[in-house]
Amino acid sequence: MEMLPFILATVFTAATPLLIAALGEHVTERAGVLNLGVEGMMIVGAATGFAAAVLTDSSVLGILAGALAGMALSAVFALMVLVFATNQVATGLALTIMGLGLAGLIGQGFVGQPRAAIPPVKIPLLSEIPVLGKAIFTGDFVFFLSLALIGFVAWGLNRSRFGLLLRAVGESHGSAHALGLPVKRIRLVAILFGGLLAGLAGAYLSLIYTRFWSPGMSAGRGWIALALVVFAAGHVWRLVLGAYLFGGITVAQLHAQAGAIGLPSQFLSALPYLMTIAALLFLSISGRKGAGAAGSLGQPFVPER
Amino acid sequence: MGPERIRLSGITKAFGALKANDHVDLTLHAGEIHALLGENGAGKSTLMKILYGLLRPDSGEIRINGQRVSLPSPQAARAQGIGMVFQHFSLFEDFTALENIAIPLDGRIADAALRAEVEAKARHFGLAIALDRPVHTLSAGERQRIEILRALMQEPQVLILDEPTSVLTPDEAEALFATLDTLAGEGAGILFISHKLEEVRRLCSRATILRGGKVVAETDPRIVSAAELAALMVGEGVLDLRPAADHALGEPMLRLDGLSVAPEGVHGVALRDINLTVQAGEVVAIAGVAGNGQSELYAVISGEGGRVTSGQVRIAGQDVTRRDINARRALGAAFVPEARLGQATLPQGPLSENVILSWHATESLGRWLLDTVRTGAVARRVIERFDVRTPSADPQAAQLSGGNLQKYVVGREIERKPRLMIVDQPSWGVDARAATHIRQTLLDLAAEGAAVLVISQDLDEAMAMADRIAVMHGGHLSAARPVSALSRAEIGLLMTQGESPVRGAA
Repeated sequence: MEMLPFILATVFTAATPLLIAALGEHVTERAGVLNLGVEGMMIVGAATGFAAAVLTDSSVLGILAGALAGMALSAVFALMVLVFATNQVATGLALTIMGLGLAGLIGQGFVGQPRAAIPPVKIPLLSEIPVLGKAIFTGDFVFFLSLALIGFVAWGLNRSRFGLLLRAVGESHGSAHALGLPVKRIRLVAILFGGLLAGLAGAYLSLIYTRFWSPGMSAGRGWIALALVVFAAGHVWRLVLGAYLFGGITVAQLHAQAGAIGLPSQFLSALPYLMTIAALLFLSISGRKGAGAAGSLGQPFVPER
Repeated sequence: MGPERIRLSGITKAFGALKANDHVDLTLHAGEIHALLGENGAGKSTLMKILYGLLRPDSGEIRINGQRVSLPSPQAARAQGIGMVFQHFSLFEDFTALENIAIPLDGRIADAALRAEVEAKARHFGLAIALDRPVHTLSAGERQRIEILRALMQEPQVLILDEPTSVLTPDEAEALFATLDTLAGEGAGILFISHKLEEVRRLCSRATILRGGKVVAETDPRIVSAAELAALMVGEGVLDLRPAADHALGEPMLRLDGLSVAPEGVHGVALRDINLTVQAGEVVAIAGVAGNGQSELYAVISGEGGRVTSGQVRIAGQDVTRRDINARRALGAAFVPEARLGQATLPQGPLSENVILSWHATESLGRWLLDTVRTGAVARRVIERFDVRTPSADPQAAQLSGGNLQKYVVGREIERKPRLMIVDQPSWGVDARAATHIRQTLLDLAAEGAAVLVISQDLDEAMAMADRIAVMHGGHLSAARPVSALSRAEIGLLMTQGESPVRGAA
């Protein structure tokens, strides 16, 4: 029982980067853009964030730098996809490959250096509640930021004027253009937001989750975030649920490696990825082809003139 | 006639070498319903896009209420009081009607305040709309009402409608005309684009006629005949169809027996208990408002799709329900799908390579290497025999105009000497001359003894071509009856209510 708040807290820590990256990609895809470069933007955020934190000796500045680095990489993607109307799938894959290489370069001198933890934020009064107080109301500031982002994204997409236009552009860029909506500008904002959050998620990995940098440390989390967006099928609450479910599996696997569960640890290490495949399989078997995806997702937009 | 709302003078717009608009002049007054007539490619849509700020003219000036203006964007046009109802609806399928209305309204969201305003506006114009249903569940008429209401929310002084009745039933068109009369009565100027001459003669008090990007006439459509208007549009006398000489009917080439098909995807229509026979030598047409199951029917006849839950498709006497399109072609069938580019042809492929798409099923086009001599010869023959106008000897499919590409596709299939020809929307978006040519070609094919099935949304086309007509409604097909035994009113009823009206049926 004393372990429970600790376990819950680690679940949240494991889930937060997935959640943040997936929220960003969710917004991008609602605007009709498929950015498969999440993994690349994440790892560049992780490397840049860690390097900046060491150089400035400030983890907060590091996290900021990581987020901006993710956004910078997404700006490259936006240039290719929006200005040159390149194939989004190919461009996104290239972005991931480029990001992995770039991150190795940026993080070269920082491998294995340790970083101190960021002091946790305690919400007054609420953090005194047994179990939940330690699990939910005590945490790092990015965790609380991620909770705020859930509300911001859900409200922004469904209740704000900009969200209405963003979804309209994603649903049918042809109709949106005919009505005079600035399709490319809205998509640019969505892509940059996705990059910002992917970079933030990456910085969270290197500065809060593991607190060291090593090449390839994002370990497929960007792809899991992408799968979460598919799994969410347009609903933010499903995205949140999915992220915490995956966080839980990740932690269960760590405990299994310590021998707490009678299953081979390799199997459990593979579990998050197997779950990703299972979730995608479930969605496609349930028969609703493309259900929940934005109408013009992945299609290049070239207006006549 | 009220004060002048719009004066366009000397509007010119070129796309490359093509002058889509060539010194076009047009005036529109308050309270006037003004028709803009012309064939496809005459420059109507270009002119309207210029007026709505989607395209910028190369030269010429636009005056609104006497003031010279420039319209760099649709927002600018809307700010000047110009509203537009698009031909291919500019709606968002997964959004509710209310959200669709909110999108172009600056600063608005789909909230209670907007709902109240929209409902008041809808009552005023007698437009019944379910505001909370997603658009993909609505009929074509309902969708158009949303689009009109959306334009009306911006209190337009000028409303442009681009072929608004092409997807409507006769009743829905009547309701639209009533709304437009109300609107004009309140002082708006209306620009009405159409190629249905009878309705233009009923509704409009003036007509501007475009041909080849130029204004060829401005006239009062109420005092000239439809034939005169058509002659102005086309330039010469409109071609008439030559009815086939009497000929005997042969064996049934296509038979659908109690065919039921499960719906495809979220927006699909289920087909229920469809029975139809097409005999050699006759033309049967399937009429109906788009989206009532015609695409599904085409797919199941061609073998391209559709999960058959019961019943049979028989071609030339053989059960082909479980066989693919090539097996059906081997039995003498040929298919012309609705989508010319992308389905009937590869847009980037030259016409000679496009021959392969259907010919490979029954003809030898080379054992190891492609017989390009043969495919080239076939393409040349089709181009010659079916009067396909091409910019070069063997152009890419995408370089042809809609009408010429359709002539090519139909011709390519006829060159295979089919005994059964299935054509989905033979003249959709094709100009009058090419449409007549295609229809005549199909009639001649039937006269030579082939069975022809035409699926068409254009009732005039169906009635002009067919020996017998069946009507598609809600996934059910009415019994095919001789054209001579059917009135337009009866067909209209079948289109809106189906064979046996059931209360609450979708």
